[in-house]
Amino acid sequence: MSLLKIEKLNVFYGDVQVLRDVSLEVKKGEVATIVGANAAGKSTLLRALSGLLKKASGSIRFNSEELLGLPAFEIAAKGLIHVPEGRRIFPLLTVQENLEIGAYTRRTEGNLKKKLDEVYAIFPVLAEHKGQAAGSLSGGEQQMLAIARGLMAEPTLLMIDEPSLGLAPLLVAKTFQVLERIKGEDVTILLVEQNVVRALEFSDRAYALENGRITLHGTGLDLLKDPYLKKAYLGL
Amino acid sequence: MSSTLVVQLVISGILLGGIYALSSIGLTLIFGVMKIVNFAHGEFLMLAMYVSFWLFHWAHLDPYLSMLISVPLFFIIGILTYKVFIKKTIGAPILSQIFVTVGLSIIIENLALLFWSADFRTVSLSYLSRPIILGPFSGLGLEEIIVNKARLIAFILGISLSIAFYLFMRFSYLGKVIRATSQDRTTALLMGINIDRVYTISFAMGILLVGIAGALMIPIYTVHPFVGFEFVLIMFVVVVLGGMGSIVGAVVAGLFIGVVEVFSGFFIGPESKQAVYFLVFIAVLVLKPSGLFGEKGEEELERIEAIGE
Repeated sequence: MSLLKIEKLNVFYGDVQVLRDVSLEVKKGEVATIVGANAAGKSTLLRALSGLLKKASGSIRFNSEELLGLPAFEIAAKGLIHVPEGRRIFPLLTVQENLEIGAYTRRTEGNLKKKLDEVYAIFPVLAEHKGQAAGSLSGGEQQMLAIARGLMAEPTLLMIDEPSLGLAPLLVAKTFQVLERIKGEDVTILLVEQNVVRALEFSDRAYALENGRITLHGTGLDLLKDPYLKKAYLGL
Repeated sequence: MSSTLVVQLVISGILLGGIYALSSIGLTLIFGVMKIVNFAHGEFLMLAMYVSFWLFHWAHLDPYLSMLISVPLFFIIGILTYKVFIKKTIGAPILSQIFVTVGLSIIIENLALLFWSADFRTVSLSYLSRPIILGPFSGLGLEEIIVNKARLIAFILGISLSIAFYLFMRFSYLGKVIRATSQDRTTALLMGINIDRVYTISFAMGILLVGIAGALMIPIYTVHPFVGFEFVLIMFVVVVLGGMGSIVGAVVAGLFIGVVEVFSGFFIGPESKQAVYFLVFIAVLVLKPSGLFGEKGEEELERIEAIGE
């Protein structure tokens, strides 16, 4: 059964329509990736899913529940967690405070401690800097923090927007290692990524978004082999 | 200039500054969290002074005890003001926000004038009338130092509350949630935080703090419908000087402005004290535009489409 099923989603910024009749699904335990050029509407899609964009029509079903029209904070409470583009950590809060805020919807005294221990085990670098202002971390560390903060919410579906953007190649590799590990922990992932090859290799399911429409879908490997996609994004 | 005089002036200045600090914290909190400049803050202070005055006048309630009524009352007034007036301006152009809070200040001022007339009213408490005399400290070469009791009480309570409030913001989970929301409200929403509720609580706490300040000030100052305007100017100087949104900054700047005011009032003349602290204010802002403890870009905020409803 689909964990997330989107049907004929149309999203607008003011009068401008950004997404047109987008339909896609993600099954439990999968990694799904959305690829597409800049301004194709990838981030818009994630923002609409998490309830930040209100001018939308169609249907977004998560665990068979309609999300469209719900306030963003209620959607997060249902376990659909969005790690936004550009990390968007709270710069003046410490690393640990950022993580504590991440657990907002799941905060109980014992649980907070347990989740912190789990997340520090995955991201030892964050444990080293836990008392430091998050804004003073390097770009790669901030990305780790953004993902870790998302995990603190015990997500059913983690949506991650451009996790490798602006990172050095070594850190990109590290980011994908982390995603691999999260996948192993039974978290379903919806990924938006400009590092197309890596993302597709890693995905069970993939969609290409072009000018606000889904133009291709299949397994990650299907898309990798697609001649059109190769030409458009990989320059091959 | 004798050293006794300097010590006396510094003490008077710091005591005065404690009052400025407490009355400004609410303003800086509301700005820091919601990026709304509450131009009606002085009028809430005026209301708080009237509440304590009338409780004293009609029920013979000691102004310090009247806080027990003021605290819940102003918390509720804060919630109602947020829900009825402020909430609609979140995300609206800054001009609409200014119109709403300035309009609110004019309405409150004129309602006070209508109901309570323009009379100047004071509360005098017999147990506060005699000042405390410290010294002489012959070992330090100091003569007697005079400390006004009402100002001392206002200072001690004001600074204690400021510290308690700072610790609350720093260490409690709700404090962290409020700080996170003030830094990035869109991301706060993504964490599942109902920012409308955070705003309601923050605004209500800001009004509650000025409510306490009013009760502490009524034994010292005369209340009349326009008293808010006299103080709001100083509050804005304190908030901007300290760094908009910074609690520590408001306390430090409050004490600093208090000392500046007392010294300039004594040496130059009371009529020019505002000119002096505005000069100091401009000088600090030229050197450090974000204020003493301010974060660069604190006043900027991304426009968002929805605050969660």
